Amino acid sequence: MTRADVQAGDYVLRLDGIAKRFGPLVANSGITLDLKRGEVVALLGENGAGKTTLMNILFGHYVADEGTVEVFGQPLPPGNPRAALAAGVGMVHQHFTLADNLSVLDNITLGTESLWSRGRGRRAARERIAALSRDFGLSVHPEARVGTLSVGERQRVEILKALYRDARILILDEPTAVLTPQETDALFETLRKAIAAGLSIIFISHKLHEVMAIADRCIVLRHGKVVGEVDTHATDRARLAALMVGSEVSLPKAEARRPGPVLMRLDRVSTPAKGTATGLRDVSIDLCAGQIVGLAGVSGNGQAALADLVSGLVRPDEGRVEIAGEELRSWTPRQALKHHIARIPEDRHKTGTISDFSLTENAVLEGYSHPPFSRRSWMDWHAAERFAKDIIAKYDVRCQGPSQQIRLLSGGNMQKLILGRVLEPSPRIILANQPVRGLDVGAIAYVQSRLIAARDAGAAVLLISEDLDDIQSLSDVIHVMSEGRLSPAFPRGTKTAAELGLWMAGQGFEGRTHAA
Amino acid sequence: MRLEPIPNPTLARRIGLPAAALTATTLMAALLALVAGANPFAVLGQIVTGAVGSRFALLETLNRATPLIFTGLAVAVAFKAKLWNIGAEAQLYAGAIVAVLLGTGALGSPLVLPVSALAAMVAGALVLLGPVLLKTRLGVDEVVTTLLLNFIMLLFVSYLLEGPMKDPMGMGWPKSPALIKDARLPRIVEGLRLHWGFALALIAAVAVHVIERRTTFGFEMRAVGSNIGAARFMGVPVNRVLIQTALLSGGLAALAGWSEVAGLKGHLSQDLSPGFGYTGIIVAMLALLNPLAVVGTAIFVAGVFVGSDAMSRAAGVPTYIADMLLASALLFMVLAIFLVRMRVVRG
Repeated sequence: MTRADVQAGDYVLRLDGIAKRFGPLVANSGITLDLKRGEVVALLGENGAGKTTLMNILFGHYVADEGTVEVFGQPLPPGNPRAALAAGVGMVHQHFTLADNLSVLDNITLGTESLWSRGRGRRAARERIAALSRDFGLSVHPEARVGTLSVGERQRVEILKALYRDARILILDEPTAVLTPQETDALFETLRKAIAAGLSIIFISHKLHEVMAIADRCIVLRHGKVVGEVDTHATDRARLAALMVGSEVSLPKAEARRPGPVLMRLDRVSTPAKGTATGLRDVSIDLCAGQIVGLAGVSGNGQAALADLVSGLVRPDEGRVEIAGEELRSWTPRQALKHHIARIPEDRHKTGTISDFSLTENAVLEGYSHPPFSRRSWMDWHAAERFAKDIIAKYDVRCQGPSQQIRLLSGGNMQKLILGRVLEPSPRIILANQPVRGLDVGAIAYVQSRLIAARDAGAAVLLISEDLDDIQSLSDVIHVMSEGRLSPAFPRGTKTAAELGLWMAGQGFEGRTHAA
Repeated sequence: MRLEPIPNPTLARRIGLPAAALTATTLMAALLALVAGANPFAVLGQIVTGAVGSRFALLETLNRATPLIFTGLAVAVAFKAKLWNIGAEAQLYAGAIVAVLLGTGALGSPLVLPVSALAAMVAGALVLLGPVLLKTRLGVDEVVTTLLLNFIMLLFVSYLLEGPMKDPMGMGWPKSPALIKDARLPRIVEGLRLHWGFALALIAAVAVHVIERRTTFGFEMRAVGSNIGAARFMGVPVNRVLIQTALLSGGLAALAGWSEVAGLKGHLSQDLSPGFGYTGIIVAMLALLNPLAVVGTAIFVAGVFVGSDAMSRAAGVPTYIADMLLASALLFMVLAIFLVRMRVVRG
């Protein structure tokens, strides 16, 4: 179908010639996007391709440098989220915008009622939410406090919030990133009901199989420009991936190997809960030389506690931790480094790097207290700079030089520097916590191939990821975590995604915990 | 209205905005002079000549800058590690007390100067040790403890000067006996009113710069201040670094009091410091916590004070104008530095 075939009136949303620059960075350039009634359009692109910027312009968070936005034929005033809401645009953000200490009902009605009408509207509001829940399959208790809800339930509240405000156009920013496969199926069911009710949806994602499953049409962004617009019926995943990155990229596949001796063993370890974060509950796990152990699970189920334990930040309450057969007595980050544990932290910006520091300073953050970087309390910055230059060359870090501030690097290049920092000292054990989150396809392939190479060189790798695809393609053995408990080890290929999903949802653990 | 970060600010922006802040400060001074009923050009001129217009004025400014360099360094070091030491005033008086204790005959030449300087640093460090231990052990906010210690120390000095340390020859004034000649810091050039304390302050600034940039401790200190979570993850002994930083900061602030007594006043009195400890915060912030820049901002701040004093005598405008000038200079400069990296956009 070509553009001339349809009348302008068919479109509920038209973005025309949108351009946005941040200084020298061109985030969006000449982007045109149309959305029809009852249509699902997927917005595909690597990180930094301009998806989020475009949606922020549509929603009025940013003002475009050029171009216009039309909703139902009416131009939308720029930079006014209120006008976007009033015109029927609803956005479900990747990071939820909910108040934890308020009820579901309060969160949904917040900002929709006038200051003086409290009480009168509540019954009507409750009835309306009940009706919406029923119609769209979004079951959630209106009086429950949002803080007590699971991630999937919170997302339903976000969607209800948009529907309650009479949204006719729903924008979902990476909605499946935090869901189990079963929850994703439920979300898709809801979206299909929404389409049947005449809503239109923009679905932002980089998971190709989901895009193929839900979207009618696919718009691919690269470097801020539309590089392709295809009907999902007329394409396949490989072609979409090629469009996204501009060339055929094949992610590395790890071949199974015979594991070596146990390098690190947790024996019935429990750790305290930290605030709302789950601790470990009676966890036993073996990390063997030459093996990648994948840890799947929905975020917030104790993966952070396990990562903190291996990193040396937390000591076990109960149970034994052994490294190469010896039980640990004291356990600190320095001890972990001394035992040749490489640690790739979950949050590159908050714990992996110091953003005000240069690449050189960041490169020696772990090794700074020993020669060659420190001799008799004096830093040897020449040695540090040589090390940084080595990493930059060996790990292909794109930067202006070792004295550049690391905050100016892209996520992928930042991660490459961290990889260099932790892998150069030839570690025995590698903790990779969400090592590819937020990276583009090229960087993902690079990081994964480095992890596989380290495994092949005899290191034990513990890979934590929320992305089941990553876990399944890399791991020799898979464990699932739920509420601080660990599933048995499933060798590669013995469990399907759906079966793992059930474990992620907490099934199968009953009766498995040892009697204390 | 919203703020957007600027990834790579242009050179024009980096220089132009601070220059604009200085211009705004000058305009503010002119406005204040107008309000006070004086000729703004005359007032500004008198402040400048009063601060740097003659050899006497210039030396007076450098003398006044000496304690400000020390307290500015003390604050800059502590703030660099995000240790909010508001108590430089108390640490300054600790140094001054030690200068009197050891300088009134307990020790003779050549030991007295180096020993009393080191002892003063230890005393200042100990004053800050309490608050930092309370912070690292119990999580007590050091802003509160260091600030309140200032008042405790002032009352303690008052007790000393009315009691055990009172000068018997002082005609009843609350001041200490005078230091012996060996305990006094000599003048750098005979005949010029500038003592070796100023040179020591310059050496201290270079030393702090070297510690921050070249030593392992300095690296740890900057890491803790820039991102305490990452520092902890990397195995930096955070609490030990905070305590070491506190000892350094307290020691530097104490040298301010020590050099005022040993170099300028020759005795301890309750008006030894007109708030050098607090003004040190302005000095450090204007210098963006850079120890070498502290020297420049301390001289600038001292010049504003000295120049305003002179202008006040000549034009009859109250010296409070100096405080208002410094306050507006700080506000404009902080705003300018913020706007170098951020831009306001409409919408």
